[in-house]
Amino acid sequence: MQNLTLILLLAAMAGGAFYAGRRRSFAVVGGPAHGAQLHSLPGYYGYFTLIWCLLPALGLFFVWVLLEPKVIVALIVQSLPDPQRMVSEGELNLLVNNIRNLAAGDAISGDADAVMRDAAERYNEYLAASRRVLATLTLGIAGLGGAIALRRIRPEFRARNRVEQVVLYLLIAASSIAILTTIGIVLSVLFEAIRFFREVSLTEFLFGLTWSPQTAIRADQVGSSGSFGAVPLFTGTLLITTIAMVVAVPVGLMTAIYLAEYSSSRVRAVAKPLLEILAGIPTVVYGFFAALTVAPWVRTAGEAIGLEVASESALAAGLVMGIMIIPLVSSLSDDAIHAVPTAMRDGALGLGSTRSETMIKVILPAALPGIVGGILLAVSRAIGETMIVVMAAGLAANLTANPFEAVTTVTVQIVTLLVGDQEFDSAKTLAAFALGLVLFVVTLCLNVIGLMFVRKYREQYE
Amino acid sequence: MTANRKNSREIVEAGLARRRRKEATFRATGMLATAVGVIFLGVFFGTLVMQGASAFKQTFIKLDVEMSESVLAPDGDLDLAYADFDGLVRDALRRGFPAVSGRKERRELYRLVSVAAGYQLRDELTSDPSLLGSTITIWVPASSNVDMLVKGNIDPAIDESLRPISDAQAGWIESLQQADRLETRFNKALFTNGDSREPELAGIKGALMGSFYMLVVTVALAFPIGVAAAIYLEEFAPRSRWSDLIEVNINNLAAVPSIVFGLLGLAVFINWMALPRSAPLVGGLVLSLLTLPVIIIASRAAIQAVPPSIREAALSLGASKMQVVFHHVLPLALPGMLTGTIIGMSRALGESAPLLMIGMVAFIVDVPGGFTDPATALPVQVYLWADSPERAFAERTSAAIIVLLGFLLIMNLAAVIIRKRMERKW
Repeated sequence: MQNLTLILLLAAMAGGAFYAGRRRSFAVVGGPAHGAQLHSLPGYYGYFTLIWCLLPALGLFFVWVLLEPKVIVALIVQSLPDPQRMVSEGELNLLVNNIRNLAAGDAISGDADAVMRDAAERYNEYLAASRRVLATLTLGIAGLGGAIALRRIRPEFRARNRVEQVVLYLLIAASSIAILTTIGIVLSVLFEAIRFFREVSLTEFLFGLTWSPQTAIRADQVGSSGSFGAVPLFTGTLLITTIAMVVAVPVGLMTAIYLAEYSSSRVRAVAKPLLEILAGIPTVVYGFFAALTVAPWVRTAGEAIGLEVASESALAAGLVMGIMIIPLVSSLSDDAIHAVPTAMRDGALGLGSTRSETMIKVILPAALPGIVGGILLAVSRAIGETMIVVMAAGLAANLTANPFEAVTTVTVQIVTLLVGDQEFDSAKTLAAFALGLVLFVVTLCLNVIGLMFVRKYREQYE
Repeated sequence: MTANRKNSREIVEAGLARRRRKEATFRATGMLATAVGVIFLGVFFGTLVMQGASAFKQTFIKLDVEMSESVLAPDGDLDLAYADFDGLVRDALRRGFPAVSGRKERRELYRLVSVAAGYQLRDELTSDPSLLGSTITIWVPASSNVDMLVKGNIDPAIDESLRPISDAQAGWIESLQQADRLETRFNKALFTNGDSREPELAGIKGALMGSFYMLVVTVALAFPIGVAAAIYLEEFAPRSRWSDLIEVNINNLAAVPSIVFGLLGLAVFINWMALPRSAPLVGGLVLSLLTLPVIIIASRAAIQAVPPSIREAALSLGASKMQVVFHHVLPLALPGMLTGTIIGMSRALGESAPLLMIGMVAFIVDVPGGFTDPATALPVQVYLWADSPERAFAERTSAAIIVLLGFLLIMNLAAVIIRKRMERKW
């Protein structure tokens, strides 16, 4: 039976359970007229039955579907004749994949022999059997759960409290998904990174000066020793981030000041939404613009004044990234400026200072923690930005501070290492997770500090 | 005393001009900064529309094709799947230009029309078998280089070796134009085809469907979970370390780089749970984790905006806490939650970095028909096309971006309208 059909059947059963529960609640008191004798509203008896019918069955369903492929593959591998089983893990994976494709009737790599055909047939048998058992079990448990719930319905039964308790647990579960996501990120990145650091030492990774991530298939291959010194990536990221901040911080801050202090409300009503559009443009679009429009401009402009500019210069990527971040800086600065009490501003103006003096000498110092927090968040955003640098910055890991040369960043390397065919165990693939760990830790620190600044500062004046 | 006062007044007046100048400079700098963002936006949309608008048109060539049986079925029986429809196209071109001789010239001539011409003829014959043996007049798409020349993206004045169109081809195109056999029409293929290596055949339907399936998964997961989490945190959670932790956590998650979510998806959903690669299901799962913080934060703000008097009134009438929330607070907060969800979805629609991690960058020709079919997404399609060297793909990339931005605009407008329509002032 198809899983979708099963889910639909379950949904139908759940609907039935609701009505059965409701009717039963009327029946135990002798008709709707005596409804007041019930502890809870009749609907709650319905929901109670529905929960008993649906939740255990759904839980079983998901666990089963999650474990099914693994169990079947394990069974298949066990049933293979010895010569096929005694191969390396990679070959075994390939074999299992082929068997699976053969079972699904897809094209496979290489020729199918009798053993594989047998295995594929068994695979299909197991799959069919598993589906049958799953369908019977799920529907059986749903029916059983509904029946148990129905039997428990009495006039004095506290259905509402039970239902609300379950709903509360569901709400708690939903809110802990955020925590689970963080744990998931940390664990998944950490585990793979630890495997990477077993092959490449931590000091080499953090302080090595050359990055050329390849692993040898054979020992005697040319360039067989990949080197995983990530310093060029860190400096490249830093260079592009610096360029971006040089653009975004002054422009964003001055925009916020102008809109808060000087502009007429008409200008503000037009400029603010326009800047918000800037924030809503997908980064891949910025990347396209950086690679196909800005990079050639930078190149021609550089050549016009006699500079040698790489076609994938750090400058082009940094400039466009800076423009992308302007709205973030300006909106966070705007918040900070508006949080400064008007009394301070009025006081400075009343003493005869000009508006720019008020801004520079009174408001900005008072708003500084908020602005710094905003800038930290913007830096974290620039470090983690991927698509612009993937499309407009280079792949070559140059250790340079020259903005006209091509540099590569942490995110670019993660993408290049993980896109395309990959072996999951090679140091090359694992290196991406090590880089991911660095990226996560650095941005996390920036975010925590930035958010703390913003929050603390806001509380100070509230 | 008087002298002293005059003195300080003089000091102030002496500095006044300088201070006013400073004030004017400061003000001008602010105006300039604001203008930078706005000007960039103008340049950006200007180049985009200039580059992309022409992709919505495609050049077509009128051919008189003889559905000759001797070409299609040389040994008597017609097999539509293997019949030589390209031969028909070549015959028609040769008949159109009888003067062309020689292998090289003929090959150049054949390159005027797209490979799609053969498929089109097959479709015609499949839908009407009686056409066999007759001569039909049909508009077929021109090849991408011809298309570029007609649209003026290839300059015929530069040296012949530097452009993909030869002088002879340019001459033929001119004669076709004079005979009214060449026309630019609306490029339907852009919206009805999947990806292709041939620019004139490449379309965004596959990517659009991929994005659609992904957003369905994302909405189905992120909206209920996000709303439930917000309800718990706002209405039920005791002020404790745990709820503080969740709160800090959610704010941090909202600022974690999206590519890290891609790593999570790769490690957990693909390697550990063994879900299929390149599938909209996995993409949707990753995007729902990514948008969850956005939805939770917006929903909490919406719940906070419901005045306490509503809760108190319901409680005083005997409603349980759960009934207060689900019968009163939730309906009143729903517009705000929906707005937040739509904005989260528009972020998800534009997101591409995490999708690269989970294999949604493959070259996929078929339009996906379900949640587990290999697929790509609209922004990823933009990324793929931007990498293609053909001139015609640059144009199509801009067109795909225009479509993407169009969808984002619609979603954001919807959010604004919902907010305006259903917002209540208490």
